[in-house]
Amino acid sequence: MQNHPVYTDNDPQNELSTLNLGPTHPATHGVFQNVLQLDGERIVSGVSTIGYIHRAFEKIAEHRPFYQITPLTDRLNYCSSPINNMGWHMTVEKLLNIQIPKRVDYLRVIVMELARISDHIICNGVLGVDTGAFTGFLYMMEHREAIYEIYEEVCGSRLTTNIGRIGGFERNFNSRAFDKLRAFLKNFPKTLKEFESLFNRNRIFVDRTRDVAAVSAETALSYSWTGPLLRAAGVDYDVRAMNPYSSYEDFEFEVPVGDNGDVYNRFLVRNEEMWQSLRIIEQALAKLDKEPSDIFHADVPEFYLPPKEEVYNNMEALIYHFKIVMGEIPTPTTEVYHSVEGANGELGFYLVNDGGRSPYRLHFRRPSFINYQMYAPMSRGMLLSDAIINMSSLNVIAGELDA
Amino acid sequence: MAKIPNEELIKAISDKFDTQVTVVGEPYELLTVETGRETIIDLLTFLKTDPALKFIFLTDITGIHYPEQEKPIGVIYHLHSLTTNTRIRIKVFLADADVHIPTATVLWDGANWMERETYDLFGVLFDGHPDLRRILNVDDMTAFPMRKEFPLEDPNRVDKKDFYFGR
Repeated sequence: MQNHPVYTDNDPQNELSTLNLGPTHPATHGVFQNVLQLDGERIVSGVSTIGYIHRAFEKIAEHRPFYQITPLTDRLNYCSSPINNMGWHMTVEKLLNIQIPKRVDYLRVIVMELARISDHIICNGVLGVDTGAFTGFLYMMEHREAIYEIYEEVCGSRLTTNIGRIGGFERNFNSRAFDKLRAFLKNFPKTLKEFESLFNRNRIFVDRTRDVAAVSAETALSYSWTGPLLRAAGVDYDVRAMNPYSSYEDFEFEVPVGDNGDVYNRFLVRNEEMWQSLRIIEQALAKLDKEPSDIFHADVPEFYLPPKEEVYNNMEALIYHFKIVMGEIPTPTTEVYHSVEGANGELGFYLVNDGGRSPYRLHFRRPSFINYQMYAPMSRGMLLSDAIINMSSLNVIAGELDA
Repeated sequence: MAKIPNEELIKAISDKFDTQVTVVGEPYELLTVETGRETIIDLLTFLKTDPALKFIFLTDITGIHYPEQEKPIGVIYHLHSLTTNTRIRIKVFLADADVHIPTATVLWDGANWMERETYDLFGVLFDGHPDLRRILNVDDMTAFPMRKEFPLEDPNRVDKKDFYFGR
């Protein structure tokens, strides 16, 4: 028998309709569901359901050696996986008290800022698509490709990069990587400028985004928001500036801050962050010239996996390789929390170690998970079309949401 | 403002809470304190509202399981004072048969999903939580998978048993 909706009275105007936004819909940008109660086009209430691609990363991490956890972190925010990789390596290095050479720090900064740019390219491009402007997305996509080609030169893969090792990088950056990086730095600003002039004062875009989903600083802090969302609401909290890691204290950059936390502000903050990232990369390249060009990892044979060639030809390397893989090198029994500024907020790693080869407990503080929980409450009273734009401006990545 | 030194932080907390809060350690300069579930909300409220401390930002809530301990289930809070850039870690341990703890949603809206996740993975019951349901796993699941007694691999699976392959 069919279930008929219960009408509160005979007036059909009072009838609410239920809409499943997701689990799979182009506008949800991932596999998550919102059951919305609609009064016409206005959202009366909503319930979010997540967990569709929950893969138990924290449980798997308890059964893997430290260096094998890097591929798990790749799959959190897969639009900017190098940031996750580096964050994880830095957590282990903090645990093991490993000192990193400056050149490695600068190389890491370059890779992380490229990742931030590629993430913001997608987010802002898709925000344009959701307001009906496909051009910006296509224009910027070319440069995301350029960034992926740089990753490819550095580590051989593009999306889930598994970039770096505990202590540094697997191999040195080759000259092609630097050539591609310089080409990117030359070409991208022009496109970004065009992208900005296409959107920033575009009447349709501004009308669709200004004062939509405006969030006050108090609300954003109460919901533990971080990243561009919090900064758009007017709080200048950036992990890079507040708790500098990987030599971020050596660089000059500004933390862009919005005024009323609406979708337009988030868009502007992300655009400005791309400019700042470019600025950081330029500085890092200049600083690299002053460092010896052959250092690409810290001198920690107990924890840095030696190159395969050396394992076959060098007794020391073979011994260390064996010890690392079999987990025979003692690690401190302690706990560490380390956070990096991910592309959409503070990405934290809470690692409890019992001295074994794998963590006793590893918890990822995933910015998407924490940012997204406000979506249903803040959608109340919003138009459906505004809620769609709001979702794309939150930059929720399903992999990071579910972990 | 400069970072609050850990000694000052310990003094401020012990002045207010005396022996109810114990200092566990300072791993990597992050002050870690332990308290009971009777005190946790008072402690969080104090840390959040005290004008000198202002730990207004709830970074994270998560759980941990030590099966061999008398109180095996732990709930771990990370707070961050954005004005002084100081972090603090608070731990509460609960007995296995009585995993109740008051909810922190009275202080931070953002605690909602963090507590749901901790409930989902460890089975910690947050009293007064507005919507304590599973969040990542399916609703009809009976186990709490991050507890140590649940192995990573299903012990009932037979496709890897040598016996079935004549080995």
